[in-house]
Amino acid sequence: MATTEVERRRGQLAALSIAAVVIIVGVPLWWRTTETYRAWLPVSQIKELAKLQLHLSADVEVVFARGTVTPEQQKKVPLTQTQNMEHRVDGDSFNAILTPMRLSNSASVEADLSLHTLSESPSGSLVVYVIPESSSLLPQNVDVYIGQRRTALLRIGSQMRVGKTLEQLLAHMEPRIKQVLHVMSFSHTDITAALSNRVRISPGNKESIADSMRAFKSSPGYEITFSLLNPDPKSHRLHWDIEGAVETYIQPLLTKLSPVANFSIDSQTLYYAMLGVNPRFDSSRSTYTLNADSLAHVINPVEARLGSNAASSNPVLNFLLYIPDAHHSPLYIHDHKKQQVPTNAFHSPRWGGIMVYNVNEFYEVDTVFPVDINIDMAKVMGVFLAQLRLLLGVQSSTPPPGFLVAPCGNAGLADWELDRLMWSRSVENIATATTTITSLAQLLDQIGNIVINDNIAQQVSSAVTSLQLAVSELEAGNLGFALQYSKEAILSSERAFFDPSLLHLLYFPDDQKFAIYIPLFLPMCVPILLSLLKIVSEARQKHREKKPKKD
Amino acid sequence: MYFLLVYMYIKNHVYMFPDLLGCHGKCRRYLFCCFQDRAGQFFSSGHTNNWAVLVCTSRFWFNYRHVANTLSVYRSVKRLGIPDSHIVLMLADDMACNHRNPKPATVFSHKNMELNVYGDDVEVDYRGYEVTVENFLRILTGRLPPSTPRSKRLLSDDRSNILIYLTGHGGNGFLKFQDSEEISNVELADAFEQMWQKRRYNELLFIIDTCQGASMYERFYSPNLMALASSQVGEDSLSHQPDLAIGVHLMDRYTFYLLEFLEDIHPASKTNMNDLFKVCPKSQCVSTPGHRTDLFLRDPGSVLITDFFGSVRKVELTMETINLTDPIDAESGELQKEMHTYADQLPVSEIIHQKPKQKDWHPPDGFILGLWTLILLVFFQTYGVKHLKHIF
Repeated sequence: MATTEVERRRGQLAALSIAAVVIIVGVPLWWRTTETYRAWLPVSQIKELAKLQLHLSADVEVVFARGTVTPEQQKKVPLTQTQNMEHRVDGDSFNAILTPMRLSNSASVEADLSLHTLSESPSGSLVVYVIPESSSLLPQNVDVYIGQRRTALLRIGSQMRVGKTLEQLLAHMEPRIKQVLHVMSFSHTDITAALSNRVRISPGNKESIADSMRAFKSSPGYEITFSLLNPDPKSHRLHWDIEGAVETYIQPLLTKLSPVANFSIDSQTLYYAMLGVNPRFDSSRSTYTLNADSLAHVINPVEARLGSNAASSNPVLNFLLYIPDAHHSPLYIHDHKKQQVPTNAFHSPRWGGIMVYNVNEFYEVDTVFPVDINIDMAKVMGVFLAQLRLLLGVQSSTPPPGFLVAPCGNAGLADWELDRLMWSRSVENIATATTTITSLAQLLDQIGNIVINDNIAQQVSSAVTSLQLAVSELEAGNLGFALQYSKEAILSSERAFFDPSLLHLLYFPDDQKFAIYIPLFLPMCVPILLSLLKIVSEARQKHREKKPKKD
Repeated sequence: MYFLLVYMYIKNHVYMFPDLLGCHGKCRRYLFCCFQDRAGQFFSSGHTNNWAVLVCTSRFWFNYRHVANTLSVYRSVKRLGIPDSHIVLMLADDMACNHRNPKPATVFSHKNMELNVYGDDVEVDYRGYEVTVENFLRILTGRLPPSTPRSKRLLSDDRSNILIYLTGHGGNGFLKFQDSEEISNVELADAFEQMWQKRRYNELLFIIDTCQGASMYERFYSPNLMALASSQVGEDSLSHQPDLAIGVHLMDRYTFYLLEFLEDIHPASKTNMNDLFKVCPKSQCVSTPGHRTDLFLRDPGSVLITDFFGSVRKVELTMETINLTDPIDAESGELQKEMHTYADQLPVSEIIHQKPKQKDWHPPDGFILGLWTLILLVFFQTYGVKHLKHIF
């Protein structure tokens, strides 16, 4: 009897200790070993960034020339004035634009102008010279002249003859200076276009849609390929000094744009590359013509032969120079009104441009073929440079009436145009990086099983830091730094979002989880549970037996 | 043993992105006006480039028709203008060079061998065992390792129209890849949502030709998606005709009539999506093709076939030119001539006269050791331990 009692005690103890081991040691062990590694992410900072409040600050210096203000008014001109314009874009992102204006007087405008053309205004700032109505610096019908560097000449209006008060003068100048600012720095439409990823685009402005569709999206690098298409090598032996032309004409622009992106250039020559379209013969002008409608079908057959750099994923800009074959020379492009296009070139949004270069004037009918032809690279590069500006988003809409814009210099890019590009690129980069980071954080939050490695957490943290720095630099008005930080933010956020390891996810729907765990744990748990139940029922029985004894 | 089986089961079923609870906050919608003039075409579709991802998911010779399906769509898409650099073609098996193909290097889509869809210039980006659920999802979401070449990537942007065509064996809510793994409709919908979040497409057309294909687009929730399927849930998609010389079915019915429809389309045609929905009615297809357009913003009647299947470029005339006056530096030209030399690819002379490398000595590996131990043990077992003292 005693042995069975001892046996039973021993059995009970064994069951209890096994249950204890399973619960105290086994369950935590199983929990820890099936846990996925998730590094810490700065989720609260990301949520704050998602609200995207941008403050863009541009420095404007307004200089009143002699003859615009009376000497008494001169003394009363305030030194600085801050304009604050707040714009709401789609309700969840705000723009507040502050422009601290410094007003100063100048006796001699010409001296100042020459000073300013020599010195560099910092990136993002502007100098506006207000000149009297009767000044001869500007032609008659032009009210505003925008220079190559960051200067503008503004003619004071006829209403503002000498004798008006200072407040009226300043009130009159304010909207006109704002207009200059819109053209030279940024305007509401520019910022909205840059935020197009996050924002509803209103279809009102046809031009702005075309602009946003045409220019390439912000990218850390671009590849430019110049191709010479020679469909008729038997007749034409073509020579083009592409290296010299790129060095002289294109490289200055790209060097100036180096804070915005990296560029890599290559060139190639393609023989027997035809256009996919047959040109029509126009007997009235005895030339061959390409209709504007048929241009859309030209690109596809050629594109298959162009090739691209396999190593990088940067967007490619293709510039093609097509020399028509001897039987189809000269070839001109006609627009919808059947007029010849002076540049003889066309471009495709987000792809590149094609120019047709006629060489039939270089030889007569009875010359010996093949003819050596040297291509005039200045003319060709002039057209390609204009197309490049359009495709990179440098060109903007036509300036308002009364504005005269100086032609861009040898670099092909005026300083204020570069500033414009930098403003919109910074905003675009910040918006894109913020969207990427917030959607990544949301994805990682919602899927509990995804493994977050340390390097992803590090990229996210550095992206958040760069974004915060970029926003603060924009507010301070340091455009160069803002662009640099925004580029770093984009790089880190893209690297984090597109990390290949974020696909190593073990996903089990619930019924599959049961199917896996039940055969493993059920055979083990059932004896333990049953023995525990048996212990409990025996204890209860003993308790019930004791009770009548007590009574 | 159990653990091994379970581990194998887990390894073969790598899923990802389960029930993502809808898109965060409001869906961004793009509004486009349709203008009447010719320039209006520029704005009516809103895309500047086209991409196509064409996937055949089944292997083995008797699934010849799936490869022929994919190749015929590939052929149409190339003919209408999309270049190879913008097409990602995934074929799970090689039918053209299969040992059982009586006409090697050809894949026919019509009996009596009328149309060879393999052609001369097919470019397959993912072949054979590279066609997996993981690679497919990596292509869509862009999470490829940095060493992946350009031709294997989907480099679309927010102005790209993408055509995705899937064919193979499927069921209610899944599509079978390579006879060993599946992709579920939830994962596909989540992958499209990931693409939308990163603005990797402007509009997306999804065509699937499998059994119960309509179940695959049931779970889509991202905007600007249009989907077509060859059969409803509970129905099977049937194959077209067998070819007695080749011995297998050559095409599926839906894709056969789709190909017939596409052969009439040329790059300038104005046929719209409503005609595409009418392809292969029940009388011809036996199954009921379905489509889904509720997530698509534009009216399907205004969407051209060439918006997805072709690549019609938008073109603008260049009106401006920049006056460049600097002459080109002539000196740099002469310096360039000296730089053109042939670079030795391999140091041939060194390789020929190389002496064989001294290999380091390694102790004998486990197998040899084990073998010798076994021999010694057997020896001492038979002859007794007392002989040990003679050895040592």
